[in-house]
Amino acid sequence: MSTQEDKERLELLQGTLDLLILRTLIFGPQHGQGIARAIQQTSEEELLVEHGALYPALQRLEERGWISAKWGTSSNNRKARFYSLTAAGRKQLGKETTKWKRLTAAIGRILESEGG
Amino acid sequence: MFRRKRQASDFSAEIEAHIRLETERLREQGLGEADARAAARRAFGNVTRTQEQFYESGRWLWWDYLWQDLRFALRLLRKSPGFAFVAVATLAVAIGANSVVFSALNAFLLRPLNVPQSESLYGLQFGGGHRGALSYPNYVDFRDRNRSFDGLAMYQMTRVGLDTGRNPTRAWLYEVSGNYFDVLKLQPYLGRFFHSSDEHGAGSAPYIVLSYAYWHGHFQDDTGVVGRTAEVNKRPYTIIGVAPPEFRGTFLLLSPDFFVPMVSFEDENDLNRRAGWWIFETVGHLKAGVTPQQAAGDLNAIGDYLQKTYPKDNGKMKVSLSRAGLYGDTFGRPIRGFVTALMLLAALILLAACANLGSLFAARAADRSREIAVRLALGSSRLRILRQLFTEALVISLTGGAIGILGGSLLLRRLIAWNPFPQFPTNVPLHPDTNVYVLAALLAFVSGILFGAVPVKQVLQTDPYEIVKSGSVTKLGRRVTFREALVAVQIAICALLVTSSMVAVRGLMRSLHSNFGFEPDDVMLADTDLAMAGYPDDAVPAMQKRMVETMQTIPGVTAVGLANCPPLAGCGASRASIFTDETADLSPSNVAASPMMYQISPEFFATAGAPLLAGRGFTWHDDKNAPRVAVINETFARKIFGSQANALGRYYKSWNGTRIQVVGIVRDGKYASLTEEPQAAMFVPILQTPSSQSFLVVRSESDRWQLAGAIRSKVLELDAGLPVFIQTWPEAMDFFLFGSRMATASLGVLGALGAILSITGIFGISAYSVSKRLRELGIRMALGAQWKEVLAAALGRALKLLAFGSAAGLLLGILASRVLASIVYQATSRDPLVLTGVVVAMALLGLVATWIPAQRALSIDPAILLREE
Repeated sequence: MSTQEDKERLELLQGTLDLLILRTLIFGPQHGQGIARAIQQTSEEELLVEHGALYPALQRLEERGWISAKWGTSSNNRKARFYSLTAAGRKQLGKETTKWKRLTAAIGRILESEGG
Repeated sequence: MFRRKRQASDFSAEIEAHIRLETERLREQGLGEADARAAARRAFGNVTRTQEQFYESGRWLWWDYLWQDLRFALRLLRKSPGFAFVAVATLAVAIGANSVVFSALNAFLLRPLNVPQSESLYGLQFGGGHRGALSYPNYVDFRDRNRSFDGLAMYQMTRVGLDTGRNPTRAWLYEVSGNYFDVLKLQPYLGRFFHSSDEHGAGSAPYIVLSYAYWHGHFQDDTGVVGRTAEVNKRPYTIIGVAPPEFRGTFLLLSPDFFVPMVSFEDENDLNRRAGWWIFETVGHLKAGVTPQQAAGDLNAIGDYLQKTYPKDNGKMKVSLSRAGLYGDTFGRPIRGFVTALMLLAALILLAACANLGSLFAARAADRSREIAVRLALGSSRLRILRQLFTEALVISLTGGAIGILGGSLLLRRLIAWNPFPQFPTNVPLHPDTNVYVLAALLAFVSGILFGAVPVKQVLQTDPYEIVKSGSVTKLGRRVTFREALVAVQIAICALLVTSSMVAVRGLMRSLHSNFGFEPDDVMLADTDLAMAGYPDDAVPAMQKRMVETMQTIPGVTAVGLANCPPLAGCGASRASIFTDETADLSPSNVAASPMMYQISPEFFATAGAPLLAGRGFTWHDDKNAPRVAVINETFARKIFGSQANALGRYYKSWNGTRIQVVGIVRDGKYASLTEEPQAAMFVPILQTPSSQSFLVVRSESDRWQLAGAIRSKVLELDAGLPVFIQTWPEAMDFFLFGSRMATASLGVLGALGAILSITGIFGISAYSVSKRLRELGIRMALGAQWKEVLAAALGRALKLLAFGSAAGLLLGILASRVLASIVYQATSRDPLVLTGVVVAMALLGLVATWIPAQRALSIDPAILLREE
C-alpha cells in the first residue's frame, strides 16, 4: 500500500492527532478532507495522516463535545460535513498545547544533553 | 444513554464525500479520473476498518451483543424444549419456595409489628415464678417507676360476647391500658383513641376502639359507627374510633376485633389484687440511648423492690426484654427456630437446583463443543462465547424466577386468606413486600450466574484444533467428578428431606392415636361463657347445671359433662399454685407445685373417657357447702405424696390456704401440648371453684352435624342471648397438632421438591454419561457384553452416587430428627418403617431417573453406531 514517498514522512505519535485536529479548526470550520490537507500542508508534508484514521478521531472529539459538526457545501459546491471548534474544545486545545510544549521541551532537553 | 449519535449511513456518506473531494483535488493536480480515485482511496486507508471502528465506538454495541445473544439463546432453547422446560420449572419451583419461606421469615423476624419505630418496641418477659405476666397493681408500679421506657402499655386478650344491636357474637378483645395507643405512637383511622386521662378507676372509660378489619367486615366501612353504643358482655360501651388498617394488635398470633380500656372491663377486685399474674404482656418503646440490658437492670430493681414490699403477693421476678410481637421466647423461640430452619432448607433446595442446572449446562456445553470449536476457529473470542452461555443461563434463571415469584405470591395470597383456627383470628402479615421481590430477583440472578459458571472452565480449555479434527473428545474420568459431587450432594439433601418428612408423618400418625388420658373421639365441645350473657356469678352454677341436664335430653347422647376448659381444647387452661398440707407460710417461695387446674362437673370423667384409677369422682353434692375435694393425676400424686396409694384421702392446700382432700386419682394425660412430658394436674368441682366460661362436653355417636344443631337449639332455648361455639374435641385438638401438621406438610413439600431435583440431577448425569459413551458401549456390545454389563458400564457411576448420597442423607436425617422431635410429637427415626421407607423411596427415585438413559443404552445397535462414527 504505502509508497516510497510515504516512508519518508513521519508517523503521528499516539494521541497527537486530536491535538492537531483541534489546532486546525482554530482557523474556522472545516471538513475532514480539508483537515487532512491542512495538517499535511502546515507540516510542510512532513506528517503522514492516514485519512481513514481521521474520522474515528473526529467522531471521538465530537462525542466529547470539543467540536461540533453539521453538513454543508464545500467551496467547489460539494456536500461535506463541516466541523467547528466549541468553547470547550478551545479550552481543551489550550491545555493540550501547554502539555505538549512541556513534553517536547523536556524530551528536547534530555536529547540535547545526550547529544552534547 | 438513549441519545444515539449518528447513523452508520451518515458516517459512510461522510467518507464518500471525503474521497470525492480528495479525488477532485488530485484531478486538479492533473491526474486522470481512475488514478485520482485510486490515490484518494489509498490515502484514506481501510474504509471497512474505519467503519468498523465507528460501529464499535457506539454506545449500542453492548446492547447489540445482548440482543444477538438473547435471540441466539431463545433459538437454542426453542430447539430443546425439554431442557428449557426442566430448567425453567426447576428454578421456578426453587425460587417460588424461597420467596414463600422468605415471606414468612420477613413477617415473623424482619418486620414483626406494624407500628411506628417497631425496632425500639420491646416486650417484658418474666421468668421465675411468674410465667410471663403481671397483676394490675404490679403493672402500675412498673409503669410509673421505670426510667427506661417512653411509657409502658399492657394488654390482655379476652373473648367476649359483643352485641352491636343485632345477634350477640363472640369476639376477641384486647383489654389494654389507657396509654396503649399513645405508647405505640398510633393515630386513629377514624374517631379518636382513649388515653390515660380517661381512666378513673374500675368501670370508667367504657369506650370501644374497633380494629379496622372488624369495622370493615361487620360495619361495612360505615363512618357513622363512631358514637354508637354496643354491649360487651351485656355492659354498655360507646364506640369512639377505629384503629389504622395496618395495625392488628401487638401479638402476631392473635389480632383482636376491638380494644377497650382494662379499667372499664375488670372489676375493682381484679384491679386491686396484687397477687396472681394474669396480664398477658407489657410492651413499651425504649428511651433513646437506653440499651435492653440497662432497661432489664432497671426493671429487675423494681421487681426486687416489689418483692420486698409485698412479700406475700410477689415472688422473685426475673425480668428480661424481648422484641415485641411473638410474646417473648414462649412462642418466639420455636417460631423463629422453625422459620429459620425452613429458610435454610429452602436455600438448600435452591442450591440443589443450581447444582442440577449447572451439570445440565455443563453437559450442554460439552454437547456443543464442536460448535464452540468452530466459532473459536473462526475468530470469536472466548469471552464472547462465555457471554452467550451466561445470557442463556440468565434467560432461564430470570424466566424461572419470574414464574416462581408469581406462583409464590399466589400461594401466599391463599395462605393469608386461610385461617386455620376460626376462633383465633391470626395476625401474621405474610404479604410479600419489596424485600421479598428484591430477594427473589436477586436469587434468580445469582443462581443464573452460579449455574452458568459451571461450564466456564470447559469453554476456556476448548482446543478448537483437536475438536474439529477428531470430533468430540471425552475424557470421562476426571471431567465428571465435579458434577458427580454436585449430584451426590443433591441426593444426600433429598434423602435427608425424605427421611425427615417420613419421620414427621410417622410421628403425626402416632400422635393422632396416642394416649391423651381421655378419648376425644365422638365428643362434642360447646363453648359458652355465661358472663357474655350477663349472668352474675351466683347465678352461674344453677344455669350450668340446667345446661347439663338439658343436653342429656338430646336423643343419642350417652354422657354430658362440663369443664371450664377441657384438656387440649385450645382454650388456655390455667395453673394454680398449691402447697403441701404441712406448709404454714404461704409465700411464693414455698409453693410445692403449679399443676394444671380444671374445674369440672360430676360427669366429666365418664364423658371424657378418662379412667379413674382409684377413689371416686365428683357428685352434684360436692358444692360450696361440702368439704373441698379434688381428683389428681398420677404425676401429682407421685410428686406431692410419693405414691398413688399414699395420696388417696390426704390433703393439700390451695393458693389461699384452703385444705383440699384428694378423693380420686386419674390417669396422666396430655394437657398443654402433645409433646409435653407428664405433668401434674388437678380436677376440682366446678361448683366449688366456679367459672362462668365452660365447655359442655357431650358424648354421642350420632351424626356430628345433627348433634351440633341439637346442642345449639337447646342452648338457644335456655337463653337466646348466649353465644355458643361448637366443635368436636378432635377439631379443637387441631390447635395442638397444627405445629406438627405444618412441619410435616412443609417437610413433605420440600422433600417432594428435593426428589424432583434429584431425579433431574441423576437423569442429567446418566443421560450425559450414556450419550458420551455411546461408541464405547457399542463396541462392548459388539464384543458380546450382556445387558447387565452394559448397564453397569453406562449407569454404574450414577447408581453408586445414588447409594452413597442416600446413605449420607439418611444419616443426616436421623440426626436431624432430634430437632424435629421438639415440634412433632413422637418423631423418632428409630423406626424400621421409616428406614425401609427411605431406602425404597430412594431406590424408586433412582429407577425413575435412570429409566430413559438405561433404555437408550440398551437400544444401542452396534452395527449402526460404529458405521456412523
